[in-house]
Amino acid sequence: MTVETKLPFDKAYIEQFSNAKNEAQWMRELRQQALEQADQLEMPKPDKTKINRWNFTEFNHELVEGERISSIEDLPADMQVYFDKENIPENLLIQRDHSVAYATLSASLQEKGVIFTDIFTATQQHSDLVKKYYMQDAVQVDQNRLTALHAALMNGGIFIYIPKNVQVEEPLQAIFWQENPQAALVNHVLVVAEESSSLTYVENYISQNAEEETVANVITEVIAHDNAKINYGAVDNFAAGTTTYVNRRGVAYRDATIDWALGQMNDGNTVSENITHLVGDNSSSEAKAVAVGRGKQTQNFTSSIVQHGKDTNGYILQRGVMLESSSTIFNAIGKIEHGGTRSNSEQESRVLMLSEKARGDANPILLIDEDDVTAGHAASVGRVDPLQMYYLMSRGITKEEAERLVIHGFLAPVVTQLPIESVKNQLTEVIERKVY
Amino acid sequence: MAGSVLEIKDLHVSIEDNEILSGVNLTIKGGEFHAVMGPNGTGKSTLASAIMGHPKYEITQGSVFLDGEDVLEMEVDERARAGLFLGMQYPSEISGVTTSDFLRSSINARREEGDEIPLMKFIKEMDAALDYLDIDKNMAQRYLNEGFSGGEKKRNEILQLMLLKPEIAILDEIDSGLDIDALKVVSKGINKLRDENFGCLIITHYQRLLNYITPDYVHIMMQGRVVKSGGPELAKRLEAEGYEWVKEELGITDETVEQNA
Repeated sequence: MTVETKLPFDKAYIEQFSNAKNEAQWMRELRQQALEQADQLEMPKPDKTKINRWNFTEFNHELVEGERISSIEDLPADMQVYFDKENIPENLLIQRDHSVAYATLSASLQEKGVIFTDIFTATQQHSDLVKKYYMQDAVQVDQNRLTALHAALMNGGIFIYIPKNVQVEEPLQAIFWQENPQAALVNHVLVVAEESSSLTYVENYISQNAEEETVANVITEVIAHDNAKINYGAVDNFAAGTTTYVNRRGVAYRDATIDWALGQMNDGNTVSENITHLVGDNSSSEAKAVAVGRGKQTQNFTSSIVQHGKDTNGYILQRGVMLESSSTIFNAIGKIEHGGTRSNSEQESRVLMLSEKARGDANPILLIDEDDVTAGHAASVGRVDPLQMYYLMSRGITKEEAERLVIHGFLAPVVTQLPIESVKNQLTEVIERKVY
Repeated sequence: MAGSVLEIKDLHVSIEDNEILSGVNLTIKGGEFHAVMGPNGTGKSTLASAIMGHPKYEITQGSVFLDGEDVLEMEVDERARAGLFLGMQYPSEISGVTTSDFLRSSINARREEGDEIPLMKFIKEMDAALDYLDIDKNMAQRYLNEGFSGGEKKRNEILQLMLLKPEIAILDEIDSGLDIDALKVVSKGINKLRDENFGCLIITHYQRLLNYITPDYVHIMMQGRVVKSGGPELAKRLEAEGYEWVKEELGITDETVEQNA
């Protein structure tokens, strides 16, 4: 059943938006077409979670200019916690609402031709490059109503480009900070790693709108060309008022690797898809994600690795902790397409329930269309083991502290994968805050 | 008087409505080493677990006091902070929590807030204990008991014992599954703690552990009770003659606890 709701944005509005941003013709056309499609397309249908009453389409889309800062010291105290003061990243971009507040990229990376800039600047300065990848191979405009709406209304994001054979040793870090409690974020992250290049990228989404309601519609596209290696870390931390759709997709060509470590710590209702296509032979991906649900939030996480090439390797690891009256579905989908000979698809999803009222489910799905493959899955939903608690408490550790240790231990396989120490610590702190 | 006193009086314990212990009396004082011996299935491990507060066991009668405080009224963690320690027969594996983090949390649990053990002091103490027990230093960074061999788990229990320095320790079959070298190391660790402030209850069904740790008192358990007590010579006689003579003397035909009462 399709719910026919007219979108509150029209062609004139989009045109005005493109004018304000002085956008290239192809982007204008893409937006206009996407708007038309958005009206007709259906909403995404996350398995086992009903989202038809969630508001994804009505929000304040006005561009909000965030104030620029000249150093990290200018940030409010609650934002400074995201940094290790002794060790401010060399390559850092802070997007404050819909504009860049701070951006640095080391001289050596600039010389090597690395691009790390906001999406609007990129579409102007590197128009052909962005056009070649923007909503082409990873996410398509017409995938569903929200991807189309995203294409029509994109109002923030960044573009990262690593030229052939360039190894980026120091990570690139982006912070998307929604300071304005009402401003919707339609954020697009596009990462392209050319042949035999490598990159570590980590992003944070932050908002503080516990009361005010708004929407985040985030699309990430990650392209790893032959033999490229991309390490992608994220901590999503939208506040309770934000309803979030986040769609992170990767395409890996021959011998390429895309590894994900996602800390999904939103406090509002969330639909998250993380899908990686292993197109090239001998490509691989590890998709690791943790999530904590609390309050009354409902969340749906899908992690999927689709293996087209020969000798590919996919590994999905999901860990979730459910508190209070939260409700969460974890779908892990390993898919080996016909022709993906000698590929291996493994997955493990585990959910820890800490409240009688919480609901959680882990759905392990393997779709195999090839004979000569190996595959395995494990899934469990359970409570804290009373014998583990007994053991820890028998050493004098209080019940709360013992539970804390068990939870951190349970999430550790993903948390420890985050590539930047300060982000790892930050995720640990967010988990701490959410759990207690 | 030096050390603490653990008094177990007329302790009755059930599991799923089956009575396992039917009136155990035992008093352990600081400075004393007690050995509880007996064939399998006579309630020895139940005694250890019930004193510590294992969730599966139900105390139906009797009392346990530590220095006059009612242990059975305490939560498991309170029992530990009051000075009790149980070296477990089957320690849990805790994934994602390093042995070192766990040890530090355990030590700090007994200290006041704001008086946590300084990191360097902790590392120094831990390293010394690891050395003393011939444990590979890597173990501190491995997840607690995860993938540990049986012997490593037992050594880890003794490592904790040495670092936590409890007033009264109960060691539940700490010798089972150990080869002779490991047994010697484990015994060495336990003996190091021997002083007038430390009391220990050693549960075993092999006499061989007592070749390395000389008990002051030996108790024999059968049918969920202590049926005979004596000095170290009692252990020697058990080694030489087994348990048959005890059963004959006391007129016991089946020494085990009725599991299907």
